[in-house]
Amino acid sequence: MDKFDINSLGIVLALVGAVLAALLGGIGSAIGVGMTGQAAAGVVSENPPLFGKVLILQLLPGTQGIYGLLIAFLTLTNIGVLGGSADISFAKGLLYLAACMPMAVIGLISAKQQAKAAVSSIALVAKRPDQFGKAMIFPAMVETYAVLALLVSLLAVANIGGIAI
Amino acid sequence: MEQEYIYAVARIKARELSLLTQQDLDRLMACKTPAECFRALADKGWGAGGETSAEAIFAAEEEKTWALMHELLPDLTPFSVLLYPIDFNNMKAAVKCTVTNAEPHNVFMSGGTVEPEKMQQAVRENDFSLLPDFMAEAAKKATDALLTTRDGQRCDIILDRACLTAIHKTGKESKNALITAFSEFKVAAADIKIAARALHTGKSRAFLEESLAPCDTLDLEELIDAASKDTDTFYAYLSRTDYADGVKALKDGFSAFEKWCDDRQTALVKEISRQDYFTVAPLLGYVTARQNEISTVRIIISGKQNNLPDERIRARLRDL
Repeated sequence: MDKFDINSLGIVLALVGAVLAALLGGIGSAIGVGMTGQAAAGVVSENPPLFGKVLILQLLPGTQGIYGLLIAFLTLTNIGVLGGSADISFAKGLLYLAACMPMAVIGLISAKQQAKAAVSSIALVAKRPDQFGKAMIFPAMVETYAVLALLVSLLAVANIGGIAI
Repeated sequence: MEQEYIYAVARIKARELSLLTQQDLDRLMACKTPAECFRALADKGWGAGGETSAEAIFAAEEEKTWALMHELLPDLTPFSVLLYPIDFNNMKAAVKCTVTNAEPHNVFMSGGTVEPEKMQQAVRENDFSLLPDFMAEAAKKATDALLTTRDGQRCDIILDRACLTAIHKTGKESKNALITAFSEFKVAAADIKIAARALHTGKSRAFLEESLAPCDTLDLEELIDAASKDTDTFYAYLSRTDYADGVKALKDGFSAFEKWCDDRQTALVKEISRQDYFTVAPLLGYVTARQNEISTVRIIISGKQNNLPDERIRARLRDL
């Protein structure tokens, strides 16, 4: 029987990281856009001209899914799943997994929280359509933390390849 | 759970724009005759068209409100605290009509949680298991009381108390802050009104013990003691409760106290439901706001019909 090489798990760990980034970000966005979609539909059923404004608010929690996809895609490229050598050490696999986690976890949480803020803003727009600009800012603030997580994951995934372990 | 009411709440927030404003009330007040008021209300979309009386317009508005709630929610259980008074009012009618063998004619209100026919059947067949738990025991007691004493007031007292008890129980069991606070206030306000009227008409302590329903913000023993003595003791007790603000209104008369109760209820509902976008609270708030504006318009139109001076009508108008 061949001796088990722990380094064969490197690619598995890296792939789990990529999957989690896409999966959790996607789940968060799906829940978020679903919530805001319900609120938007409620407002449009009473006041159809507000469609354009509430549509923008509905889409805000959708970005986390895109960010997750971006990190997943970059990771898959760097670990060689999409072509090239998939020879990743155990330590490097762990590093990729860790690098994907900010986007995965913060993507899920921020999408759900942003959805709550966006639902409230949609209700605000329903009552005061002239306050659309201010209503946009509240859920957009939550986006800051998704962007920060994206940056950390992006920088980490992009530079792990250069580390000699 | 969090997503259950999002669509409904968003629709209601948009619909709130069509509620009457202070300017609308000023416009109604400026009308010289009830007919002018009807036209102003029709301009705001009130009524289903073709109504010739104020009550028909109000009934149409009430129906529209509940039709919207039925459209938004498959189950109106969260609105029980608003529907129990209808149920118990219908129960009173069912008991009295059945026991006296009178034909029920326009005595039942629509929109309750129990069918009036089922209430009549329960009384007729003496089978109160047909009724829901919150009503069965009181309905039996009220029927027995009417059969043995022929005292309609006693029958009313039993059912009114059961109604308040059901409202309070629903509020206590609810996880929604508005339903809990609303129920507590409804029961406490009703207890104060009953106690004040009992004191005014010299009712006995036994009457108070039978009529008042328990709630968390009033000590029934103390309230009964105070209402059995004199007005000063009664006001002194109320001044030590959460309802101290209402003492001045109570001193000004029952009409002023009714207005204080309605205004405080409106403020309570607004405070809790305004910043809530995920629970049933804004829907409950909308229904109570609609009921409040209907009673406000009713005050204006009835004032106009009775040629009351504007100042007297304005003094009775509820806060919107």
